[in-house]
Amino acid sequence: MHETDMTKALIMTVKDWYDSQPEDPQITKIHLVVGRFTCVEPMSLQFAYEVQTRDTFLAGTELVIRETPLIAFCHPCQQDYAPEIGLRYACPDCGTPMEDIRSGRELKIDHIEYCSDSAQAYAPNR
Amino acid sequence: MHQTVDAALGINLLHANQEGADHNRDHFDEWGVTCFNVMSSPGAGKTVLLEKTLAALSPELKLAVIEGDMTTELDADRLRAYDVPVVAINTGRSCHLDAQMVAGGIHQLEHCTHPGELDLVLVENVGNLVCPAEFEVGEHAKVALLSVTEGEDKPLKYPVMFQAADCLLVTKIDLVPYLNIDIEQITQNVRQLNPHATIIPVSAQTGTGLAEWFEWVRQQVATPSRTVVGSH
Repeated sequence: MHETDMTKALIMTVKDWYDSQPEDPQITKIHLVVGRFTCVEPMSLQFAYEVQTRDTFLAGTELVIRETPLIAFCHPCQQDYAPEIGLRYACPDCGTPMEDIRSGRELKIDHIEYCSDSAQAYAPNR
Repeated sequence: MHQTVDAALGINLLHANQEGADHNRDHFDEWGVTCFNVMSSPGAGKTVLLEKTLAALSPELKLAVIEGDMTTELDADRLRAYDVPVVAINTGRSCHLDAQMVAGGIHQLEHCTHPGELDLVLVENVGNLVCPAEFEVGEHAKVALLSVTEGEDKPLKYPVMFQAADCLLVTKIDLVPYLNIDIEQITQNVRQLNPHATIIPVSAQTGTGLAEWFEWVRQQVATPSRTVVGSH
């Protein structure tokens, strides 16, 4: 279950960001982008996140995972196509092997939502 | 006053591992050592392949092994019989090696040999077709094994591993007469995802295909690709 390691990496990265902020931000949501052509299972990641953030600065925060589809580009056909994971990866039109993956390998922390007390810094007109 | 704020990060989850892997590879490059990451499901024949490789190539190449094993030193002990430096990394319950574990293995190697004198370090990963594919350890080439008893569909079901492989060894081909398996179908399935991998059918029992594998190893050591592998 390597989602445990992925979650550890996630928490460490967010902690670095958290520590670099001038005041302790109250994190509410962490948004991830996880491609379908990775070895990460979003359900397992959610579970690992919930367990591993208990009693930490991330306790009670929400992990929002956006999955991206596997999209490859076929050079002979000059077009994108969606390989069927587990069944077929070559171009359905010409049979050229999947080589140029345009989407589906993402594994990133996209953005973090948090509450800030120093609102004037962000919304000076309020 | 409270306000919800959004901070863009855009950081790869495996960023720390990737940095560690690049660091390990820098060490190998500095020493002029080639490194392979050998991966497969449990029981596909990684250790016996390494035994055959050490036996055949240790007279001409300076080899060392970093052995990932979940709880035991059984595999490492088998390889120590060939009189090459073998470092065992006990991975505990982790299902793959990561860059940090291999860095620990490299440091252990430095204690028992002069890395600059080595030609090739073989890292035997934990038996698993899923996780090792995502965690680069600093290798110059990924070697995957698939035994004929596992079935033709495995490259389609575990695509990340087979897409990333530089060399695929289809192992235990001496068993083909007893199985309903089509090696050509395995090759076609791999080719859908990976048109460039070298595919070599082998049998450690009969020795079939091993000469071709040894030749591939020699070529990699003689003309190592110093480009960064992986897709992160």
